[in-house]
Amino acid sequence: MTGRLLSRRGLIGVGAAGAGGLLLSGCDRLSASPSFQKFIGHGEDLTFHAQRLLLAGQPLAREFKASDISPIFKSNGTSHPESDDYDALAKDGFSDWKLAVEGLVGRPMQFGLADLKAMPSRTQITRHDCVEGWSAIGGWTGVPLAHILRTVGVSPKARFVVFRCADDLEASLDGSGLYYESIDLFDAFHPQTILAYAMNGAPLAIPHGAPLRLRVERQLGYKQAKYVMKVQLVDRLDNIASGRGGYWEDRGYEWYAGI
Amino acid sequence: MTTELTAPPLAPRGAARAGRETIYRHTVVVRITHWINVLVISLLLMSGLNILNAHPRLYWGQFGADFDKPWIEAPGLRRPDGQLEGVLRLGGRQFTTTGFLGVSKGADGADLIQGVPSWATLPSERNLAVARRWHFFLAWLFVINGAVYLLIGLINGHFRRDVALTRADVRPGNICRNILDHIFLRHPVGEEAKRYNVLQKATYLIVIFALLPAMVATGLTMSPGFDAVAPWLLNLFGGRQSARSIHFICANLIVLFVIVHVVEVLLAGVWNELRSMITGRYVIKTERGA
Repeated sequence: MTGRLLSRRGLIGVGAAGAGGLLLSGCDRLSASPSFQKFIGHGEDLTFHAQRLLLAGQPLAREFKASDISPIFKSNGTSHPESDDYDALAKDGFSDWKLAVEGLVGRPMQFGLADLKAMPSRTQITRHDCVEGWSAIGGWTGVPLAHILRTVGVSPKARFVVFRCADDLEASLDGSGLYYESIDLFDAFHPQTILAYAMNGAPLAIPHGAPLRLRVERQLGYKQAKYVMKVQLVDRLDNIASGRGGYWEDRGYEWYAGI
Repeated sequence: MTTELTAPPLAPRGAARAGRETIYRHTVVVRITHWINVLVISLLLMSGLNILNAHPRLYWGQFGADFDKPWIEAPGLRRPDGQLEGVLRLGGRQFTTTGFLGVSKGADGADLIQGVPSWATLPSERNLAVARRWHFFLAWLFVINGAVYLLIGLINGHFRRDVALTRADVRPGNICRNILDHIFLRHPVGEEAKRYNVLQKATYLIVIFALLPAMVATGLTMSPGFDAVAPWLLNLFGGRQSARSIHFICANLIVLFVIVHVVEVLLAGVWNELRSMITGRYVIKTERGA
């Protein structure tokens, strides 16, 4: 009896160790399998739909007091776009810079910084959450994206707003590393979704995306596109860059970054 | 279905042995949800550690980033001689942890600056996007599995009957005796072996109703989308970075629970315990020494 128990125990031990080892190597194999990644990606789809259901009433992200602002707001990703065109714009305080709004709109338009500053503005002190895990609190002032969209008129066919940026995070020669982001109209018309030209009461500095950056509160940091040059309204994302709706999305991150 | 720890003895299979009795200890729901949890929590932990490696520093409060003061961090430093040194900084002290925390070997055997080692993470290489996809997929499984377990446990009376503390459980004398029983590894026999003891109950209550729900709640507090839905979570945990710290601490407490749990299983008789969680049948001794 004892012998049988011992062998059983031994078997369980060997089995457990074997199962553990198999599990680990198996998980790495599953992590490299596109079809399995697609399968577990349904978890993210579920998260997106669950959050959209809960956010149906368009609640605001928490806004903080001025005393809550981070002493130093970390600049992540690009801190200075490496392009002569950008430097030329920056030299004159972006006075020659124009934001182009085009695509599926009633009237494509261009706005200079002064035009944007003359529009209704919103100031919000919000928390910026990086996908890596850290957070910083900053104050943002800018034009509600909804105002710009109403000004140009959104075509009924439009589903997404794409933000084209000046920074080439991969320093690519062909522009394939140019930063871009996209959101859908649900987030685009949220009152806290603004194109910010000021941060903590001062003009937006270059490390934080001058002259204009997107604030789409309720989503993670990589959605907050900096150095925005162009806003495009589109009906699909699969024909832009690698087709997943953003620079980091094309590199494996989720398009919906609410979690 | 409602028969569990306190069930009448089953007819013994094969030859009945004197002084022993086979009871039906765990319902099929408990057994299935238990093993799903074993798999899911293990993988949640490992994918969570991969996510932690993206920023192996933890803070208290609403915000916290590179320029703010962490209460714990596991950085890799380059010493003057060029060698990499992994350290753990905690409570103003610094411990050298090269090979484990801060700096450890990657898949190719070379030293890497990483908070926790590759063997503990899912995937083993540094990949935040894939780790997040695993983590959130598993989190849904964990929540669904936990919801089934809680719902059935409430409906069939499992919690009330087997896990809730009774007046007799919480008598100081009983608690002291139980602590001594655990210290001297004295395992219960007879009717007592058919019930969870007070320390078991208290532990299970904390894990089921505090630690595991806290993991879900702190996880959700880290979601900027969910914070807009339930901003009170930020008040409850004292901010997103506090929630991230509590998420980490609770994960460690769950690991501690699992270690103690497995040690107790080994001490109490691994085959009997394992069988009770696979087939439901559990053999108890009807008297000491049997």
